Amino acid sequence: MSTTDTTDEQPRELLAATNVKKHFPLDEGLFDRLFGDSQVVRAVDGVDLTVHAGETVGIVGESGSGKSTLGRTVSRLYEPTDGSIMLDGRHIETYSGRELRSIRRRVQYVFQDPLSALNPRKTVGESVARPLSVHDIASGEAKWDRVAELFDEVGLARSHLDAYPHELSGGQRQRVGLCRALVTEPDLVVFDEPVSALDVTLQAQILNLINRLQQEFELSYLLISHDLSVVRQVCDRVAVMYAGEIVERGTVADIFENPKHPYTRALLDAIPRVEAGERGERKSLGGEPPSATNPPDGCRFHPRCPEFIDGSCSGRKPELQSVDGSAGHEAACHWLDRSEAKRATHTPPSPSERDVIQESTGD
Amino acid sequence: MSTDYGDADTFFGVRLDRFERLYEAVAGDYKATFGLVTVTLFVLAAIFAPELAPYDPMAQEYAIMQAPSLSSAHPLGTDSFGRDLLSRMMYGARVSLGVSLGAVTIGAVVGVSLGVVAGYFGGWVDDALMRFVDVLWAFPWLLVAIMLVAIFGQGVWNVIAAIAFAYIDDFARLARGEVLSIREEEFVLAAKNIGLGDLGIMTEEVLPNAVAPLIVQFTVLIARAILAESTLSFLGIGVKPTTPTWGALLGQGRSLIGQAWWISIVPGVAIVITVLGINLFGDALRDAFDVRGEGGSP
Repeated sequence: MSTTDTTDEQPRELLAATNVKKHFPLDEGLFDRLFGDSQVVRAVDGVDLTVHAGETVGIVGESGSGKSTLGRTVSRLYEPTDGSIMLDGRHIETYSGRELRSIRRRVQYVFQDPLSALNPRKTVGESVARPLSVHDIASGEAKWDRVAELFDEVGLARSHLDAYPHELSGGQRQRVGLCRALVTEPDLVVFDEPVSALDVTLQAQILNLINRLQQEFELSYLLISHDLSVVRQVCDRVAVMYAGEIVERGTVADIFENPKHPYTRALLDAIPRVEAGERGERKSLGGEPPSATNPPDGCRFHPRCPEFIDGSCSGRKPELQSVDGSAGHEAACHWLDRSEAKRATHTPPSPSERDVIQESTGD
Repeated sequence: MSTDYGDADTFFGVRLDRFERLYEAVAGDYKATFGLVTVTLFVLAAIFAPELAPYDPMAQEYAIMQAPSLSSAHPLGTDSFGRDLLSRMMYGARVSLGVSLGAVTIGAVVGVSLGVVAGYFGGWVDDALMRFVDVLWAFPWLLVAIMLVAIFGQGVWNVIAAIAFAYIDDFARLARGEVLSIREEEFVLAAKNIGLGDLGIMTEEVLPNAVAPLIVQFTVLIARAILAESTLSFLGIGVKPTTPTWGALLGQGRSLIGQAWWISIVPGVAIVITVLGINLFGDALRDAFDVRGEGGSP
């Protein structure tokens, strides 16, 4: 929602993830295993994340920044490597079996591509109804009534119940995905790029639907997207991820009106604009996201940073610190307090020079 | 479909519209119809052999023993012992079809279970199960057959066991390979997300999507099983030597092919027609299961 609640009392923390890490082991040969030279992909590397009841938190970042992995780890589709995940004050990171199944009912995940996320050999009605029998919520007639109601709710015809996924259009399939996520009446829904596979008119429809469902069912959302306009439209708070870490977070207003981290600025600069007179001024971010097996020392963004200052960027890892004393807005940069004028005139050293700059020249 | 809620009637857990699809697939395709009809006829002939067969398959007619002949009394002729070939073919179908269907079904159930579990769980489960399958594969099935006969004596069940043993690895490897790619699909993660357990994911999500190549494998191995049974009969470690089987008839007629070609040609043709029929029906079955309609249906 873009309407931010500024009530004094903080709503309850539905999801609180602390220092969450998800490392994937690289498939190694026998020799690496024997000699203990094991490498891991640090997809998510120490992330704190909270979602309050009723709010929508956005996670943005470029491909490979670990945002989907984060979403899947906090919803326990992936085993967390480290860190704690609390749902309603209970640690769920060690749950398994029956306990985990109760979590599955309360946390639902909506996939980016509904075609690949629906079993091609089940009718979409069967796919949507299945959670009801898994969790013993309803069976027989009651089950199908509930599914049919939800189909009405999201604007699908009841005749679609008997359709197979490939027989539906992209928008209809994503509506089916929403139905499946909502059928167990969850508390938290994680959306992984919910509209990026759809065309623009459909995107607006689905986003409106997502908004409406949130109010109707009192849901909390975690929305993962690389599309900043989607995030701006739907979210209350935003976290910006880079190379498995959160580099800046705050309310939508904080991030979009007052971005502090150079990476956030670069992301915002990359949004195409249609206003006259602004053409040609866009700076594009050079380079590529760093290797997730061997991330750069210091600030992980330093090899690409347009505001690279000195050795402290490449030597010390910046912690998230509050911006302008505001509690909600935090950024992980050593140079948060620089003035706009300095930022504009600063010419950073070239990437090859950056490697040479030593810690000693800093501070 | 019948109801507006998509709550299709089920028959032993299988949705009836699947059978409708199967019916459409078979009725709409003359090759599949041919396959189903021939296989059904052979199976019926085998089941009702005691009622249908014109002669006792063991009864010898000494008058025409040395000169197998085609006549109205013996439409398919007689063999070198003067026994009616048509009757022997009908009784032979019982053993041949029963052994091949039974052996391949057992091999499929065991092999697919092993392969699906191995592929789904991966890691050490995969290693352990597939090494076990390797051992089965490396063990010569003829030796297994000889061993079983040596221990338990001759009998249909030993033949079935020996042939099933030989086919476990084919099914296990094929199923595992399919599962390895299917388990990475997003709908498997989605099934995990709704709280489905491992067993549910394997049977509901993974296996139905791996079924097409398994059906093809099944129909191919039926043919090989009929021949394997005849191999065992030929070596004298199959069913009891006087019991007629297609493979045994084929083997006996081989030496007389110059004088009485029909003794070996008739069972040979029967094997070919059965295998063809099962293959054609299997293709229709595969298309019926393939809801996307991507199969090579004409």
